[in-house]
Amino acid sequence: MDKTPRTEPRQSWTFSRETNAEIRRAAETGIYDIRGGGSKRRLPHFDDLLFLGASMSRYPLEGYREKCDTSVVLGTRFAKKPIELKIPITIAGMSFGALSGPAKEALGRGASLAGTSTTTGDGGMTEEERGHSEKLVYQYLPSRYGMNPDDLRRADAIEVVVGQGAKPGGGGMLLGQKITERVAGMRDLPIGIDQRSACRHPDWTGPDDLEIKILELREITNWEKPIYIKVGGARPYYDTALAVKAGADVVVLDGMQGGTAATQDVFIENVGQPTLACIRPAVQALQDLGMHRKVQLVVSGGIRNGADVAKALALGADAVSIGTAALIALGDNDPKWEGEYQKLGTTTGAYDDWHEGRDPAGITTQDPELMKRLDPIEGGRRLRNYLNVMTLECQTLARACGKSHVHNLEPEDLCALTMEAAAMTQVPLAGTNWWPGKGGF
Amino acid sequence: MQTIDMGTTELREVNSALQAAAKAQANEEYVIENPRGSHALAVGLDGTLSVRVKGPTGYYTAGMNKLATVTVEGSAGPGVAENMMSGTVVIEGDASQYAGATGRGGLLVIKGNASSRCGISMKGIDIVVHGNIGHMSAFMAQRGTLVVLGDAGDALGDSLYEARLFVRGSVKSLGADCVEKEMRPEHIELLKDLLARAGADAKPEEFKRYGSSRKLYNFNIDHADEY
Repeated sequence: MDKTPRTEPRQSWTFSRETNAEIRRAAETGIYDIRGGGSKRRLPHFDDLLFLGASMSRYPLEGYREKCDTSVVLGTRFAKKPIELKIPITIAGMSFGALSGPAKEALGRGASLAGTSTTTGDGGMTEEERGHSEKLVYQYLPSRYGMNPDDLRRADAIEVVVGQGAKPGGGGMLLGQKITERVAGMRDLPIGIDQRSACRHPDWTGPDDLEIKILELREITNWEKPIYIKVGGARPYYDTALAVKAGADVVVLDGMQGGTAATQDVFIENVGQPTLACIRPAVQALQDLGMHRKVQLVVSGGIRNGADVAKALALGADAVSIGTAALIALGDNDPKWEGEYQKLGTTTGAYDDWHEGRDPAGITTQDPELMKRLDPIEGGRRLRNYLNVMTLECQTLARACGKSHVHNLEPEDLCALTMEAAAMTQVPLAGTNWWPGKGGF
Repeated sequence: MQTIDMGTTELREVNSALQAAAKAQANEEYVIENPRGSHALAVGLDGTLSVRVKGPTGYYTAGMNKLATVTVEGSAGPGVAENMMSGTVVIEGDASQYAGATGRGGLLVIKGNASSRCGISMKGIDIVVHGNIGHMSAFMAQRGTLVVLGDAGDALGDSLYEARLFVRGSVKSLGADCVEKEMRPEHIELLKDLLARAGADAKPEEFKRYGSSRKLYNFNIDHADEY
C-alpha cells in the first residue's frame, strides 16, 4: 500500500456544494430559483449590538414594578384619526392569495388580542381579515388588485407600497396553482394563470406625483386615515426624505431580511441593504427635516424577538413590523411537519417554496385540505403570546437602561460588537467611543 | 343646480360638498367654476350626482368614482377616472397619461386624445377615446373594453390579459402577447352599444379587434424573448 502522504480532498469555497447544486439545477431546468422569505445570507444584524444597561451614570427601573410604557401613536402628522397601538410591534403586509384565509384571520385575531395592527397585502381586503382585525392597514399597491373606495374607508390606515426589502425595484408573481376561483375573482384575473404584480404604480412615477396621489387618497377618505409609505431598504436617507416630502404620516422601511411570497432568489440575496444599515440614515433624514417623532418610522426585516425590537427603537424607530416571525408563530416551518417537508425535498426551517401552495402547515396555501391544518383561533392565540413575549423582552431591556417608555431608548444605550455594525449604526464599537467614520480614536 | 366657485372655495370644501350630495343620493346637479387645474377634484363620489366642471382639471379627476356622472369642459390631467368603479366620466378635451388606470367599471369618454398608458391595468372599465392614444396603452389590462376612434401608439396592449381592444385607425405596434383577433358578431354588438353611449360617430365595422394570445399567462422560459 502506498503510504505517500496525499492532499486531502478539498472543496472549493467559491464552488461550494450548494453553488454547484444550483448550477446543475439551472442547467437542468433553464429557469432561476423562485422562493419565498427574505435574505438567508449572514448579514450584520441586531445581534451585533448590545445594550450597555444601567451603571453609575444610569438609574435602572425596577422590573415587574415600575411602569415601562410601550404605547405608540402612528399618523400624527396629518391624519384626523391616528392609530393608537398598545405595543410597538405591528404585523406586516401579507396578501390573501399568498396566505390562506384562515392564516389572515389568525393574524388579525392575534394582532387584535395584543393591541396592535395588521396589514392587508396584494390581493385586496378580505372579510376574514377586516372582521378580525381591530386595526387594519390597507395596502395601496402597484397592482391595485381589489382596490376600491369602500375598503379604503373601512381601513384604519393606508400604506402606499413603493417597495419591499426582499426586492426593492421588483414586482411579484403568484403562480397559477394559488390562483383559485376566489383569489382570481378578487384580482379580476382568469383562474389558474400566473399572476404578475407590477413593480411600479400605474398612475404616478415619482415623489412629486406621489404627493398628489396622497392628496387624492386623503380627499377620498376625508383626511381621516394615516398614510404610510413603505419603501425597501435601498437608499434609506433619500427615500425617507422624499416620503416625508410626498406627505407621508408614517414611513415603513423594510430591510433585505424582510420576506416576500415569491421572488427570484438572486433578487432576494443581491438587492437592497440589511435592516441594520437602513435605520440610522432614515432617522438622520427625519432629524435633518425636523420630523423625527412627527413622521413615525416603522422598521421591518428580520425582527425576531424583544431585543431586536428594543434595538430598532434605540436607533430611532417608533415601531417595528414582523412578517416571517409572525408566520413562524402560527406554525410555519414547525418540526411537527418534518416528514412532509422531506417529501417536498426540504427540511424544517428551510422550507421556502411558499409560492407553490403546498405548505404542510396550511399557511401559504390555497389548498382547501391543507388550509384546514391551521386553526385561526389557536393561531391567533399563539401570535398574541409571541407578541406579548416580545413586548415583555423589550420592556425588560428598556427598564435595565432606566427608561420609563420604550421610545426613550437611544443610541447611547448601545455598543457594537463588530466594525460593520458600528459603521452602519454609528454606535461605538464595544470598549471604545469610536465608530468607523468618526475621528478621535 | 348648485354652483361652486373654486376661485373662492378650497378643494376640501368642494369635494366634501360633492361627496355629501352623492352620498345623499339627491341626484342633484353641481357646476364647478374656475377649477384652475385643481388636482383630485370630484374624487370618491358615491351616488347619483351630476357634476359639470367648467374648465381644465389636474391629476386624478373623478378618481374612484361610483355612480356619479362627471363632465369636464376642458382637458384633464394624469390619471383621470383612475380606479373608477361605476358611473360616467366625460372629458371634452384631451386627457393626459394613465387615463382610466386600474378602472373597475363605468364608462370613461375622452372626446379629444389620450396620452400614454391609457387604460393601464384596467380591470373592467369601458373607455372610449374619440381621438388618438399614446404608447403603452392598455398595458397589463385585465378586463373591460378600450375603444379608440383614432390611432394607437407603440406597444398597444403589452402583457394584456382579458381586456378587449378596438382601434379604428392605425396601430404603431403591438406589445408583447397582444395580437389582432377576429371581429365576431358579439363584438360588433358590443361596439355599437359603447359607441352610442359615448356619442361617437363611427361604425363598428370600421374597427379592428386586439386581444391577448395568452402565451404569457403561465411562465415558460422559452417565451422569455417575447418581452
